[in-house]
Amino acid sequence: MGHGSADRRSAGELEADVLAALWAAEGPLTPGRVQESLGGSLARTTVTTILGRLYGKGTVTRVRAGRGYAYTPTEDAPGLTARRMHSELAKDEDRRAVLARFVSQLDDEDERILRSLLDAEDGPDRPAGGAAG
Amino acid sequence: MSYAVWVPLLVPFLAAPTARRAAAYLSPRHAVVLLTTAALLPAATSSAALALLAVPGASYLPAVAALGELARPLSLGPPPVTVALALAAGGVLAWRAGLVAVAVRRDRADLRRARAAAGGTAGELAVLRQARPDAYALPGRPGRIVVTTGMLRALEPDERAALFAHERAHLRGRHHRVLVAVELAALCHPALRTLCEPVGYALERAADEAAAAAVGDRRLVARAIARAALAARAASASAPDRPRAALGMNAGPVPRRVAALLDTPLAVPSTTSRPAGRLVVAALVICLTVSGATAVDAVEDLHGHVEMAQGQNLTR
Repeated sequence: MGHGSADRRSAGELEADVLAALWAAEGPLTPGRVQESLGGSLARTTVTTILGRLYGKGTVTRVRAGRGYAYTPTEDAPGLTARRMHSELAKDEDRRAVLARFVSQLDDEDERILRSLLDAEDGPDRPAGGAAG
Repeated sequence: MSYAVWVPLLVPFLAAPTARRAAAYLSPRHAVVLLTTAALLPAATSSAALALLAVPGASYLPAVAALGELARPLSLGPPPVTVALALAAGGVLAWRAGLVAVAVRRDRADLRRARAAAGGTAGELAVLRQARPDAYALPGRPGRIVVTTGMLRALEPDERAALFAHERAHLRGRHHRVLVAVELAALCHPALRTLCEPVGYALERAADEAAAAAVGDRRLVARAIARAALAARAASASAPDRPRAALGMNAGPVPRRVAALLDTPLAVPSTTSRPAGRLVVAALVICLTVSGATAVDAVEDLHGHVEMAQGQNLTR
């Protein structure tokens, strides 16, 4: 996994990784769990520092968990308007002039080709699941 | 009237297909530069040609004649033909200008909506609580990465890092400006419309390669794209089938991007060879040079006629 590149990345990029891990989780995460879910690419102290910074900005909230805290991302009132705006945006998929989406839509043939590419890729050297960190 | 003024109007029909072919031989970053040039230059010269066609006829209007200090209208052919040409060219030019204005307004509105959708997020990442997997770069100062919880959950942590690296490449490279520029150029000449899709693809490929360099793993980026696309496909009801024969290739953009990252010979045209690639690029350069040169020639020609009509040229 992406070892080594971690220490060269900027603070903003690390915050994005940690925040993404919190959003991907079903419930609040302790720093230890965040570190685990990131595949151990970050030091525990780094994760704690980043969580503290995110909490300071109000991007995450925290609850007591044992001797420390468990963190969860916040979604405030603007988040609700945001969602409505987003579904409106999602309607006109073709207007991609300003927003370049990560992936465009697939049709049946694309899906078939993609699956065969992934299978060939997963086959030889990657165990299923692939969280070996 | 000089024939030269017609050449810039015809060149895009040759330049656009040549540019598309040439782009297939180039690295993504070079392809972006080439396709953008092949869209903007012909758009400018063909618009200039239309303006040149409109000027002689317009000189029959007293106001225009006064503006140009003309003693008499520019006589470049029979007056009815000159006036009819001017009306046609002026009409087309106005129509295109209208299209560009509408597109600019629409793009601005889209951006405003997208910024509102991203909310008041303090950091680089704007997360939307939504099951449908989606992610895009939101241009601005600073730019944001917008991603849904559905997308975050569909990917492994290292794949999420690859996705972020891809979107950062879009933001850092200001790729949206290129997309908008080419989109607007395409409104200036119908033949240039065929460059929108290739330039979009080249930008995605450029961001993919930048992401691969950032995370140090091309296969990881390939996997992230493939899994994101499959997850999005599973969540959306149906995708319309693409007209494949028209594009001359079997796979859509996503499989081609994945194959390119995995170095699987799906994305590469079967006839790839360096000399052929150079030849195609050379042909394109000639197209663009001819287009530019004839436009300049037409301007000089018109300038000569204007001077004559002003009565300055007495050697006639």
